[in-house]
Amino acid sequence: MGFIWFWLVAVMLVAYVVLDGFDLGVGVLHLLLTRNDEERQTTIRAIGPVWDGNEVWLLASGGTLYFAFPLLYASAFSGFYLPLMIVLWLLILRGISVELRGHSSLGVWRTFFDGLFCFSSTLLIIFYGAALANVIRGVPLGTDSYFFLPLWTNWMVGPNPGILDWYTVIGGVVALVALTIHGALYLAVKTDGALQLRARATVRLLWGGLVLLTIGSLVATIAVRPSSLQNYYAHPIAFAIPVLVAACLAGILSFNRVGRDYAAFLCSAGYLTFMMVGAVSGLYPVLMPSITDPNLSITIDKALSGPHTLHVGLVWWGFGMLLAIAYFVFVYRMFRGKVDLGATGYGH
Amino acid sequence: MDALALHRLHFAFTITYHYLFPQLTMGLALLILVLKTIAVRRNDEQYHEAARFWGKIFAINFVMGVVTGIPMEFQFGTNWSQFARITGGVIGQPLAMEGVFSFFLESAFLGVLLYGEKRVSKWMHWFSAFMVFFGSWISGFFIIVTDAWMQHPVAYRIMANGQYEVTSFWALLLNPWGLLQYAHNMCGAVVTASFVMAAVGAFYLLEKQFVEYGRIFLKVGVIAGVVACVAIIFPTGDLHGKYVAHHQPVSMAAMEGLFHSGKGADVVLMGQPDYASGKVDNPIVVNNLSSFLIYGTTKAEVQGLDQFPRDQWPTTLPLLFYAYHIMAGLGTYFVALMLLAALMLWRGKLYTSRWIQWPLMLSFPLPYIANTAGWMTAEIGRQPWVVYGLMRTDQGFSKYVSASNSLFTLLGFMGLYVVLSILFVVLVYKEIQTGPHKAAAVPTLTVS
Repeated sequence: MGFIWFWLVAVMLVAYVVLDGFDLGVGVLHLLLTRNDEERQTTIRAIGPVWDGNEVWLLASGGTLYFAFPLLYASAFSGFYLPLMIVLWLLILRGISVELRGHSSLGVWRTFFDGLFCFSSTLLIIFYGAALANVIRGVPLGTDSYFFLPLWTNWMVGPNPGILDWYTVIGGVVALVALTIHGALYLAVKTDGALQLRARATVRLLWGGLVLLTIGSLVATIAVRPSSLQNYYAHPIAFAIPVLVAACLAGILSFNRVGRDYAAFLCSAGYLTFMMVGAVSGLYPVLMPSITDPNLSITIDKALSGPHTLHVGLVWWGFGMLLAIAYFVFVYRMFRGKVDLGATGYGH
Repeated sequence: MDALALHRLHFAFTITYHYLFPQLTMGLALLILVLKTIAVRRNDEQYHEAARFWGKIFAINFVMGVVTGIPMEFQFGTNWSQFARITGGVIGQPLAMEGVFSFFLESAFLGVLLYGEKRVSKWMHWFSAFMVFFGSWISGFFIIVTDAWMQHPVAYRIMANGQYEVTSFWALLLNPWGLLQYAHNMCGAVVTASFVMAAVGAFYLLEKQFVEYGRIFLKVGVIAGVVACVAIIFPTGDLHGKYVAHHQPVSMAAMEGLFHSGKGADVVLMGQPDYASGKVDNPIVVNNLSSFLIYGTTKAEVQGLDQFPRDQWPTTLPLLFYAYHIMAGLGTYFVALMLLAALMLWRGKLYTSRWIQWPLMLSFPLPYIANTAGWMTAEIGRQPWVVYGLMRTDQGFSKYVSASNSLFTLLGFMGLYVVLSILFVVLVYKEIQTGPHKAAAVPTLTVS
């Protein structure tokens, strides 16, 4: 049961990163890639009907974490108190900037929300990357399984860490570059003309950086947490994951070069998926590693809810996921194709 | 303030602000469905446009509800981690179900309702209005199930590690406390929406703008309002109150300001409870009414606060007393106003009688106050427990999140919500001023 729920939560988080990832990436590029209000309207419309649903994956995985692993939810959310609150504020600012931008034709109104959208999307991605890196690096868990981390201490990985240190900042930068490419590929799919060409060019510009950062983060992870390789040695098939990551990276560039945007976007989704699966595979069965004493780490067994809760949960969860997938297919089909300003009744 | 007080204020502030928006969207979703149904059945473009207009108001409120709602789910873990750790196996379930069953659905169909009218058939568009209504009402249900378990824990067992786990899924969902509270609460949401709709209608008639729409809004608002205002008192409020009196008698005694037990307990309509002397100052009293309301007979014995040890009393007693009385007093006013307005509508005089349109226009903030006061009654009445009878509130907060950190983020939320409030008021005012389109035009929505 623990194994199943571990992977169910992981799948939901991957769905969140892949789906909300592209609209976050669009947020980063929103000002950089556009030249006029019409183009900015286009980028907003490209994500308008879907961003809210994408974000629901975050809430749904949070809720699932809460009932399947209450100890982890309690420990991690209180321990990462300050960054989580900042994330909440950024989510609020980002939500209103997407939705309220179009409510006025005033130039200052639109420019204000354009800037806010860019700012909040960029910082959110960095915090998400740093958060994942924190979980890989580990935290100073006490004997009661709680901890509390300040935002930063001395920027070093050591016995007295902060949320931000050199390792977690690398995590943030990897996330930023990866999701910016993801967003650019989505824009290439959803737009045409000059905007599409600029989106494609952005991918080529950043691709080399992503390759270097991916390798760098891999090396850094092994240096910070050597034990993350244990599962790989125990199950050598897991070494297929980094191979798949490399294949997806190659796919992004080659499909991008020939203008096959949709295939390149799928490769980027694959890249994000395998990066996350690779990280999570290194953790299993630990949910939150302790940096002081491995025995204090929060494991699946320690954190798992009661058996009845999980059995019942499995039934409604499966049913609910089928419905959710049906809604997503429905919405993405309805708003498929290139964004067309003016022609249709929907917009921002 | 100490850490406990700040964590409580943190949750109280963010949830109170958040609930200003869902109470309208849940009620409005029903009223939009009514408008849409009439529009489709009669093929009436004016009702279609009325539904579109309220769809725009709905969208602004929905966004506010979404962005202020996300912090709620996280705060169980951030500020109340000891509580979350012990109870996740029970209430984590309805909270996760809300995300999985309600939010996905709402996000999908709201897009179709607001921007898909030209892309789908009229029945599909009606169906999306129905699904938005359905999604928001089951969302409310899962939240009430969560709160009901904290008020009246059922279907649980304690595991070896001290955590609670659910023993019967259906008993958790069908907690009698929750069903009563849900019925009462959803009436409250419809009261808010109907007052808002009636207020905009009255505004248009008084201002002689969009008169034909003003009539529709007044009619739908008043009819829905009179039904909801009656139902919120009888049967839902009546039954819920009796249930509270039986299962949380100390809370009921504090709500009523009843210090001493006795037969033929009175209801204090107004007054200032003084906990030092154990009496209510300047009371306006109806004799024996409390006994009658709870037990159906004027002579029944009602337990007063003196029956309970001091450490079981709700911790913020005067606020509880006032919150309850504000809710009940406003509820009485709502029934009176809406019955009068309904009478005028029936006699065909509502659209021409400005003296009734004025109070209808000005009363729209009051249901927000009444709903907030009702929730304060429920949640302050539950104190000093976070889970009634099982876990005290002072054992529930995050012990490693200091008072200073909690104050820091509380101030952050306060500042942010001031900004949201300004944006919200400006935008809603703008939509009301722009009004529905006069001709049967293509909806030129500019929002997401």
